[in-house]
Amino acid sequence: MTGQRTTLPPAARAIVRGDRRALARAITAVENGAPEADLLLRSTYSRTGRVPIIGFAGPLGVGKSSLLSALVTQLRAAGTTVGVIAIDPSSPFSGGSVLGDRIRFERRADDTGVFFRSMASRGASGGVAAATRDVARLMDAAGFGVILVETVGSGQVDVAIREIASTRVVVLVPHLGDEVQTLKAGLFEIADIFCVNKSDLPGSETAERYLSELAGLGPGPDGWRARVVRTSATVPSGIPGLWSAIEEHERFVAGSDVHRQAERRRLSDEIVGRVRDELTRELTLRLEAEAELRRLVDQVVARKLDPRSAADRLVAEERR
Amino acid sequence: MVAKQRTRPIRVLIAKPGLDGHDRGAKIVARALRDAGMEVIYAGLRQTPEEIVRAALEEDVDLIGLSILSGAHMALFPRVLKLLKAEKASRIPVFAGGIIPDEDATRLRHLGIRAIFGPGTSLEEIVRTAEKLARAPP
Repeated sequence: MTGQRTTLPPAARAIVRGDRRALARAITAVENGAPEADLLLRSTYSRTGRVPIIGFAGPLGVGKSSLLSALVTQLRAAGTTVGVIAIDPSSPFSGGSVLGDRIRFERRADDTGVFFRSMASRGASGGVAAATRDVARLMDAAGFGVILVETVGSGQVDVAIREIASTRVVVLVPHLGDEVQTLKAGLFEIADIFCVNKSDLPGSETAERYLSELAGLGPGPDGWRARVVRTSATVPSGIPGLWSAIEEHERFVAGSDVHRQAERRRLSDEIVGRVRDELTRELTLRLEAEAELRRLVDQVVARKLDPRSAADRLVAEERR
Repeated sequence: MVAKQRTRPIRVLIAKPGLDGHDRGAKIVARALRDAGMEVIYAGLRQTPEEIVRAALEEDVDLIGLSILSGAHMALFPRVLKLLKAEKASRIPVFAGGIIPDEDATRLRHLGIRAIFGPGTSLEEIVRTAEKLARAPP
C-alpha cells in the first residue's frame, strides 16, 4: 500500500513543501484523471482533513466572487493562508468554458498566501466538478489554513457542495422572492449560514427577515440553527460578521457527533462509489463483449422480449 | 462523444495587460475559444505582467493570449516573456492580438511571442493557431 505515512513520492513532497507549481500541475492531473493523480491523492490523504472547507452557493450574479474576494482580504490581514476553488459551468455543446471568477478577485500579485484555481464543471451537475473534492484535498495537503469553494452560480438544487464543505454559506440578494421560496427544498436546506449580499440595496431587511423566520422555525437535524448575516462585498460591510458566523459553525462542527457521523457516511459513500464505478466499468465491458447480449437485443428490437426481462436473464447469468 | 470528452481540454488564459479599457476583442476571442471546446480563464482588464504570469502558473494553462490596444505592447509583452522565463515556464506559448504595428510585431515574434493577430483576423484562424500552439509546445 502506498497510502500510509511512509516516504512521499517527489511530486507529493513538493506539494506538501508548498511548491505552487507542483500543486498547480497536480490539480490539472486530478482534473484530467491522469495516472499520476492517483499516487498523489493516495500518498497525501493522511495529511488532509485538517482545515475548514467553506462552500459558497447561490444563484448567478449574487456576488459570490466579490464576497470571496472581500473575505480573502480579511483573512490575509489576519495572516491566514487561503486556497480558493472557483467553479464555472462547462458548455453542454462544446465542452468549453469561460472561467471568469478571477476577474473579481483583488489581491497583490506577490502574495503567496493565496492560491486561486478556476475549475470547469465538466459535465457534473450539482454545482461542483467531479474532481472538486480531490482538488480541495490537494490544497489541504499543501497546508493552506482555509479553503473556500465557490460553486457554479445557478439554481435551487445545486447541493453537491454539501458533500465537500464543512460549512455551507448560501449567498442571496434582496428581491429574490417571498418567504414561501425559503420553504422550498434544495438550496435553502443546505445553508449553515445565509448571507444577504448587496445589503446596501433596498429590500435587504425584508430578505433578512424572511430568512430569519425560516431559521427561526427551528434547528436542522444536526442541531444547528442557521445564522443570517448581511454583507456588501463592494462597500465592503458585514465581512467580519460573516467570518465570525463561519467560525462559530466550525466550532460547532468540531464538537458535533452528528457531523462526525456524517463525515463517516460521506467517506463510506465515497468508497462504495469507487467500488461501484470500477465494477460497473468491468461489467459493462464484459457484457458488451457477450454474444448473449446481442441475441437478447435482437429479440427486444423485434418486440419479442421486453428490456426488463432481457436484463433479468443477464443478471441470472451473472449470478450463476 | 464519450471518446472526445476523454481528451483533456486545452486551458488558455486570456488577459489584457496595460491600461486601455477596450476588452471587446478579448471577449470575442474568449468566446470563440470556448466554442472550440477550450477552458478559457478570463482574467480581464488592466492586468500587470506579474498578475498574468501568476494566473498562468496557478491555473496551469497550456497557452496565454494577450490583448492590447494601448500601444504599450513593447513594454508589457517582453516583460511577460521575461517573467515566464524567470519561472522556468517559457514552454507556455504566448500569442497576442490588438493594434500592433508590423515592425513591432516582427520584433515581438523574435522575442518569443508565437503568433500575433491584427484587426480583421478571422476567429477560425485564431482558434486553429491556438489549438496548434497548445497541442505542440516547442
